Amino acid sequence: MTRFSGWNVFWNGLTGQTGWQRQWRDPEPKPHYDILIVGAGLHGLATAYYLAKNHGLKNIAVLEKGWLGGGNAGRNTTIVRSNYMMPGNREFYEHSLKLWENLSHDLNYNVMFSQRAHVSLLHSPAARDAAARRYNTMRLTGSDGELWNLETLKANVPLLNYSPDARFPITGAAVQRRAGTARHDAVAWGYARAADQLGVDIIQNCEVIGVTRKNGQIENLETSRGSIGAKKIGFAVAGNSSRLWDMAGLGTLPIESHKLQAFVSEPLKPLLDQVVVFGVGGAHFYISQSNKGGMVFGGDLDWYKSYAQRGNLPIVQDVAECAMSILPCLGRVRLLRHWSGVMDMSMDGSPFICKTPLDNLYLNAGWNYGGFKASPASGWYFADLIANDRPHQFIVNHDLKRFERGYNIDERGAGPDPKLHG
Amino acid sequence: MSARRLSTGGRVDRSQTLSFKWEGRDYSGYAGDTLASALMANNQRLVGRSFKYHRPRGIMSAGVEESGAIVSIGEGARHEPNVRATTQQLFDGLVARGQNAWPSVGFDMGAVTGLFSRFFAAGFYYKTFMGIPPFEWGSGTGIWMQYEKLIRKAAGMGDAPSAPDPDSYEHAHDHCDVLVVGSGPAGLNAAVSAARAGLDVILVEQDFELGGDFLNQPDAEAEIKRTNLIALIKAVNVRIMTRTTAFGLYEYGVAGLLEQVTDHMASGSEHLPRQRFWTVRAKSTVLATGALERSIAFGNNDRPGVMTVAAAGVYLNRYGVLAGEKIAIATNNDSVYQTAGDLSRADATVSIFDARKEVSHALGEAAERDGITVQLAMAPMNVLGSKTVSGLSLAIANGDDWKAGGTRSCDLVLVSGGWSPVASLLSHRGGKLSWDSENACFVPNTFSDRIHMAGSAAGVWNLDDCEVSGMVAGAAAVKDFGKSAPSMSAPMVGGWENPIRPLYEIKVAGEKLKSFVDPQHDVTAADVRLAHREGFVSVEHLKRYTTLGMANDQGKMGNIIGLALMAEALGKEIPEVGTTTFRPPYTPVSIGALCGRNSGSHFRPLRRTPMHDWNLDHGATMTDAGLWQRPWYFARDGETITEAYIREATTTRSAVGLCDVTSLGKIAVQGPDATEFLNRVYTNPFAKLPIGKARYGIMLRDDGLVMDDGTTWRLSETEYFMTTTTAHAGKVMVWLEELLQVRWPDLKVHVTSVSDQWAGCAVAGPKSRACLAACVEDPAVMENDVLPFMGVIETTLKGGTPCRIARISFSGEMAFEVYVPSDYAPAMMQILWDEAQPLQGCLYGTEALGTLRIEKGHVTGAELDGRVNIDDAGLGKMASDKKSYVGDTLRKRPEMLREDRPRLVGIFPKDRQQTFNGGALLCKADTVSGFGEGWITGVTHSPELGHWIGIGFVSGGHEAWAGQTLVAADPLRKGNVDVEVVSPHMVDPGGERMHG
Amino acid sequence: MIRIPCPFCGERDHSEFSYGGDATIEYPALDASIANWHDAVFQRQNICGMQFETWQHLNGCRMWLVVERDTMSHEIRSVRPAHTGMAKALEDET
Repeated sequence: MTRFSGWNVFWNGLTGQTGWQRQWRDPEPKPHYDILIVGAGLHGLATAYYLAKNHGLKNIAVLEKGWLGGGNAGRNTTIVRSNYMMPGNREFYEHSLKLWENLSHDLNYNVMFSQRAHVSLLHSPAARDAAARRYNTMRLTGSDGELWNLETLKANVPLLNYSPDARFPITGAAVQRRAGTARHDAVAWGYARAADQLGVDIIQNCEVIGVTRKNGQIENLETSRGSIGAKKIGFAVAGNSSRLWDMAGLGTLPIESHKLQAFVSEPLKPLLDQVVVFGVGGAHFYISQSNKGGMVFGGDLDWYKSYAQRGNLPIVQDVAECAMSILPCLGRVRLLRHWSGVMDMSMDGSPFICKTPLDNLYLNAGWNYGGFKASPASGWYFADLIANDRPHQFIVNHDLKRFERGYNIDERGAGPDPKLHG
Repeated sequence: MSARRLSTGGRVDRSQTLSFKWEGRDYSGYAGDTLASALMANNQRLVGRSFKYHRPRGIMSAGVEESGAIVSIGEGARHEPNVRATTQQLFDGLVARGQNAWPSVGFDMGAVTGLFSRFFAAGFYYKTFMGIPPFEWGSGTGIWMQYEKLIRKAAGMGDAPSAPDPDSYEHAHDHCDVLVVGSGPAGLNAAVSAARAGLDVILVEQDFELGGDFLNQPDAEAEIKRTNLIALIKAVNVRIMTRTTAFGLYEYGVAGLLEQVTDHMASGSEHLPRQRFWTVRAKSTVLATGALERSIAFGNNDRPGVMTVAAAGVYLNRYGVLAGEKIAIATNNDSVYQTAGDLSRADATVSIFDARKEVSHALGEAAERDGITVQLAMAPMNVLGSKTVSGLSLAIANGDDWKAGGTRSCDLVLVSGGWSPVASLLSHRGGKLSWDSENACFVPNTFSDRIHMAGSAAGVWNLDDCEVSGMVAGAAAVKDFGKSAPSMSAPMVGGWENPIRPLYEIKVAGEKLKSFVDPQHDVTAADVRLAHREGFVSVEHLKRYTTLGMANDQGKMGNIIGLALMAEALGKEIPEVGTTTFRPPYTPVSIGALCGRNSGSHFRPLRRTPMHDWNLDHGATMTDAGLWQRPWYFARDGETITEAYIREATTTRSAVGLCDVTSLGKIAVQGPDATEFLNRVYTNPFAKLPIGKARYGIMLRDDGLVMDDGTTWRLSETEYFMTTTTAHAGKVMVWLEELLQVRWPDLKVHVTSVSDQWAGCAVAGPKSRACLAACVEDPAVMENDVLPFMGVIETTLKGGTPCRIARISFSGEMAFEVYVPSDYAPAMMQILWDEAQPLQGCLYGTEALGTLRIEKGHVTGAELDGRVNIDDAGLGKMASDKKSYVGDTLRKRPEMLREDRPRLVGIFPKDRQQTFNGGALLCKADTVSGFGEGWITGVTHSPELGHWIGIGFVSGGHEAWAGQTLVAADPLRKGNVDVEVVSPHMVDPGGERMHG
Repeated sequence: MIRIPCPFCGERDHSEFSYGGDATIEYPALDASIANWHDAVFQRQNICGMQFETWQHLNGCRMWLVVERDTMSHEIRSVRPAHTGMAKALEDET
């Protein structure tokens, strides 16, 4: 496999780009693996990679019903941050951010993680205090965080609507400088290529259609490409977790699937250097500019349960209103595309990385709409869980039993209503 | 070479000259021109630069599929990037510029990148820019981010606007029976058929003229047909919307339309929005959206002077512009012959190079009659010239391959690689397409949900057939309504005399060609093959890796070529490779239009209390509380906010203060089961609340955490008046409705939001009773035995205003809340204020309210943040163990009962001169790191105590930390302050004042 | 856009309504066990396909409705008031 480097780009430029090979193989599935991961999205691919890399495991396969990275990996707004406050989440997302910081080098694939700062706008003293608790927690647990006053904010993000006549005048911002954006597809491809190099079989167009159980374990997964057995099995199938869980005869999950839309404008020369988040008056909006120049933005869920990956007008209007309210120069900028992904929303807005009632089955699910930034740590700790058959201390409470215990990891305080988390 | 305006022909009005600026120079065109046709008439060929390589680009089409003529128009705050010159109607004074070029599109320094294009293959950026070159040494993101700055500057197309958009936009709604999209031969006929059956029809057309392909015909007959059909649709009351694009189709027949209201006007209009976004709900939809001619990949097929054949026909027949003098036409199908004839008759020298080995005799003869040379089995190989076309080298069929076949000089290369029906809107709804190998295109499958495809959008090529197809679709729409319609058979897909020869790329052994598949994003045939080599073989991978089809045109022209090349590489057929899903919008839609009027101060509704103006008149500075504005403080004579709130709190505790509390939620709970209902909703008992008494209540969510708190007043046996917090008023109302309608339908209770019916004022302080006694008609009702603590009366203010008064206290002082019907709010305030002033009273706002409640340890939304249970809030005593209530069970889960959960506490600075901040964490002195032991939710200066105090949460509550020093850690702002933790009831813990 | 035929107001855009949740959940008695309440509050069928769900016509008649809807295609098969007595009254009327 040709290493990715400036030198090889140069050399292949001279030699007609003939030196590049497939970035991952297209193997036939074997009848049995030591570990099977279902779902070649970011989480599944990262899990396979860290199983091989951190735990020295071989004989691993990732099964994907469509094409790798074809689900939410390519349907998000690419924001990476670690401004989580609740114990467990805090350490988890911080670890994820640290993995992001070196991910391009680790994978030898430029995932374009751009630490351009994540700027959450503030509009009132109460909002500032609430943000202060979160960002102080980040600071005291080894992360970075700042509060910007209006002057600093204006100097850094000049084009925002600073009018005192705005419906909710901006008074400052809570900022994480190490946060930013990444090239979402590249992360999937980078993990796939790196995992493949370590011997992981990535089997695309292989849909799980049945689960065969024996003695409290899964014996085989029945797939569209035949029956495949494994010693251990991990599910990482955002948007389909409930369906697969049911297929395994395990009943219900504390998950509801909802639709989240994302938007991109036509490409423009640089206009916005940070990720800006706007949340006041019931609004929730985030925007950044991709390296191609498109304004990438998103808002809330569509508010009703949905498995459909199609957009809808009310949220389109809602995000346009938010966009115009904070960046009134966007009036003549045009929306190029909007699309949506299916989010597995959990009952407290936090995920599950845990063991299951079946001895050899592990679950990775319920990422709400925070799954993109989580993917490196998700793979890291899920691999650790599968390899060692026990949760790492940071994820002990990210289990399915936490609601029975009364342990909510609720960053928003929204309660057991999945559509209210994000 | 030259393109020129002909002295006759076309639909432009040569009597109306319009002047415009292009790249700083003055030009003129005619009314009826687009910017593109006017540029072409002025022989401006080089109008853009490509995204990646900055290659010179010209006009490539005559419509929405344009990939080359993407320009910026307007100036200052009206600067608009990425406008397709081919659809921008020309107006007098239009200012346009090329983009992605410096100093100009004609001479662009950026073109130097083109010299290095061999290194910039698809996806090259994933392989480098990570570390120190050339071997990517190092770690972290620092080096990438240096590269990123340069990449960002180089990328993007038009300059971003920076000034707020000065124009206005609107959002409008409509309904209809049948929405017909497209007014070509099919659309007009569909509209006629549907409207004749008595249906309400809206016809939308993105162009500024109705007629679609009728407009591009040279003959008078087409114009007569068009005129007649337009007269017909008007006669049957079809509602016509021109300059309106149906950009998206959604479930239930909902369509998003964009109407460009003033984009074609020189100076807009102060009375009109620039654009209008329509949400139209149609019961049935006909898509007569046409078809687009696609190109073929061959060398330098992106040069200015290479365009589709149909485009040249449009420029000639509609705009009276001859795009070139010496024209080479490359085709693989019949559709070009008519246009070739038109061009030849306009005195151009025309040669057709038809890739097919044979065509019918008739076709060849007709061409010959028109003076056109036709050469079969020939195809374009490479365009000569850089900023303009000087010739075309050709390929000759060599079995199934091609070999070099000489060079012809020409000044215009026209290409037709076949036609693709426009099915984007169907795709938005999940409609599928199938590959039609006979016509080498994807045609839409039948879609069940009241969407009917018509005309060339359904793969019907001939104009007459398209008319029939439109009638058939119109009849199908009529049948959707259970009405009868004439049965006609739909025309067959296709309609050419000679079969098309599928042809997507010309490859000649030994020739290195730069052949573009998606010119706008500079995706070449070699890029597609590289993607294949690297394993990006699915359509979705191909698209994402090469960016094929991701540009402004969403791959309208290039996608099929990309698929074909991938199919070839894989040794598969095109349909096995698949199609990509088209996403809305069909053509880009301005964010301003989607926003409509809901920006700036209209972003969200503003809720004002009925005494809003009264408060302002009396010196209030307002603050936002959710959607409400409430008085924040009432500064006197240059007071700062701190001085003001300290004075207000002091006055309230020593005399009397008045505070607008109208924003609290108010719910009338009525019915024979109202008592039982409240008893289930609240944690504390309501069964024995006497009439004329109020009770403070806590309600929990199902999961046992606190939802809201407030007082509920019993007005009669069957009627209660519930108050909620401002923040949760709506949520509580919905919750009560859900409980009554969904869970407990057996309870006979009705709830009504009366928040807007009642205006409320808190009257607090030792002199509050005296103040109110002076305001009511009967002062006796204010006596302690008539109105004791938590007592409620309905009485009248002086002057006869009916009011409700409860003796309840948030401030901890003796206090009352007075409610009057909202219309009387200013009168109530005036009466109260007239009596408060002689008592040295004051008006107070939310800041002083905060002081008073923090001193008392009363909780608000800052504490009840959705993660707090009733014990955490220090209100455990209010959880009854003699009855069951919502949240009763789950609040007793093990983690909820832990003793070391953070509990509500008061906080004093160790050094009473110091202060600290809300949001600081409370840490042990020796471990100022980690999550700490708690946090601070509110801070105020306490006039009563004479120092700063705080409220917050600490694990185990204040008893667990008695006598210990904690650190209020606030690395964000001012570092650390030593604090002690005290009972949250910091002032008058026994509550003597409010009871007194 | 989903269009919901409200039995009281007629067919309206879904943006007038607010989504509740799974209408098949049977909430146990207020004093039922933690296990019973846990399942009702936290566990979800999360059906891909036809499901019964509650919506409130928030910006209309404010009635809670039980809507039978396909969560993939958004096709609505039936709508009735969530209040059982009211549903019956409507039925009797028609």
